[in-house]
Amino acid sequence: MNQHSESRKQLALVIDLNVCVGCHACVTSCKQWNTSGAAGPLSDQNPYGADPTGTFFNRVQTYEAGAFPDTQTIHFPKSCLHCEDPPCVPVCPTGASYKREEDGIVLVDYDKCIGCKYCAWACPYGARELDESRQVMTKCTLCVDRLYDQSLPEKDRQPACVMACPTQARIFGDIHDSHSEASKAIRERGGYALMPEHETRPANHYLPRQVTPPRYNAGQED
Amino acid sequence: MHPAFSVISFTTLLGAAQGLLVSLAALQLFGISIPALPILLGIGTALLIVSLGASFLHLGHPERAWRAAAMWRTSWLSREVIVLPVFISLASAWTVLESTGQETRWILMPLVLVSLVLWLCTAMIYACLRFIQEWAHPFTLINYLALGVASGLVLLISLLALIANDSPLTAQLHPWAIGATLIALIFRHMSSVRNRNIKPKSSLQTATGIRQPQLTQRSMGMSAGAFNTREFFHGKTALFLRYVKSIMWGLCFAMPLVLLLLSFATNNSIFSVLAFPIQYIGLLAERWLFFAQARHPQNLYYQTVS
Repeated sequence: MNQHSESRKQLALVIDLNVCVGCHACVTSCKQWNTSGAAGPLSDQNPYGADPTGTFFNRVQTYEAGAFPDTQTIHFPKSCLHCEDPPCVPVCPTGASYKREEDGIVLVDYDKCIGCKYCAWACPYGARELDESRQVMTKCTLCVDRLYDQSLPEKDRQPACVMACPTQARIFGDIHDSHSEASKAIRERGGYALMPEHETRPANHYLPRQVTPPRYNAGQED
Repeated sequence: MHPAFSVISFTTLLGAAQGLLVSLAALQLFGISIPALPILLGIGTALLIVSLGASFLHLGHPERAWRAAAMWRTSWLSREVIVLPVFISLASAWTVLESTGQETRWILMPLVLVSLVLWLCTAMIYACLRFIQEWAHPFTLINYLALGVASGLVLLISLLALIANDSPLTAQLHPWAIGATLIALIFRHMSSVRNRNIKPKSSLQTATGIRQPQLTQRSMGMSAGAFNTREFFHGKTALFLRYVKSIMWGLCFAMPLVLLLLSFATNNSIFSVLAFPIQYIGLLAERWLFFAQARHPQNLYYQTVS
């Protein structure tokens, strides 16, 4: 079955940790697009109060590696990885959680979801969030409602987060197509998957930080 | 994991009701006559229905619960959703047949088998999640079965002491209930020891792919909580956990054993009557810990607000 699926399209994001500046533009653009669509809002609870909370498909986290003074700050965007063996799909009792044959996107059918949260338990990455007001499980859709929308100009038929990123840290493409920019980036720049020990085969990959030693007066030498 | 009261009450009530009904079926299969059997069956069936009601409280959309039978080929939750109504139907049928004095022998074996399948489904819901290492072990299956049987037997003794105390069966059941509780205690202890010594498969390094040994989260990407910080953390102090542990060992195992021994020795029914309510409080603590002590790997991503 896996060999069969390898030949099919697998859309994914390749996230370049080398250039992500942690601006959260992907977070806000994701929220804006996905709360405005026909699939229903991503609700917020108490948004202007002391303890606000809400549904997001994408977060940018920040990590510090190494010991002072040799530390690096790494901004780390995190959303559903659209695993090729998604553990969230087989556990769903209603079939609301599914992986699309045609492009490998993992989606939730909100009309079938009973809000049992079992898929969220079954995801080691915490990629799924139950929407508190709609009481259905939600997650990154890779902006599936943009990708095939013929009314959008072709350059806009990609995820909102990819369009918003000011440093082009998010490469979107078919990782089963060896000629795609995403596949090339994984191949040539050491793209890796998160938590490989759980054998979920995430489609999203990350490009590692590459430390560039500081070059003083570099501008003058040129 | 965050222990949800709906799931805790569902699984504990279901286990006790299954234990009660399977004990009754086993007694009948061995040809032992049971006093007030229709009342006992009615109580067992009622408990099953109450537990089913509790399970609905866990759902965001209970009105769509019927859809959950769809994916039985892959989902243990779906399998449970199918087997539970079958078990309730068998228990209800037995209750009706017994109350109306009809032949019931044919229903006993199917009831026991379906109950075993139901225990398997309930436990596999947790045991099949391979990266929740505290759950992904045969101990999960053994514990659901052992605690179900033990609490069912203790419940049967408590009920018999209430409604048919002069029956010789009450005293005869004591060694079985004591034995079952001891077996459950041994396996629960073994799984506690195992959980304490688990080496997590995932680390912050595997979660982020950043290989430096010194790695700390500076921000989880939000200042307020989210589903991720609510659903997967128990949010209680270490002291609270210690209290719950004492309640589990004390009320689920030690006290019921003492009460059963006392009632066996003194023939005073008050000890038997008290045994189940006390054990049930301990069972709630046991199930709370079962969830609270399961460490979900996603928690690695949610350690520091900012």
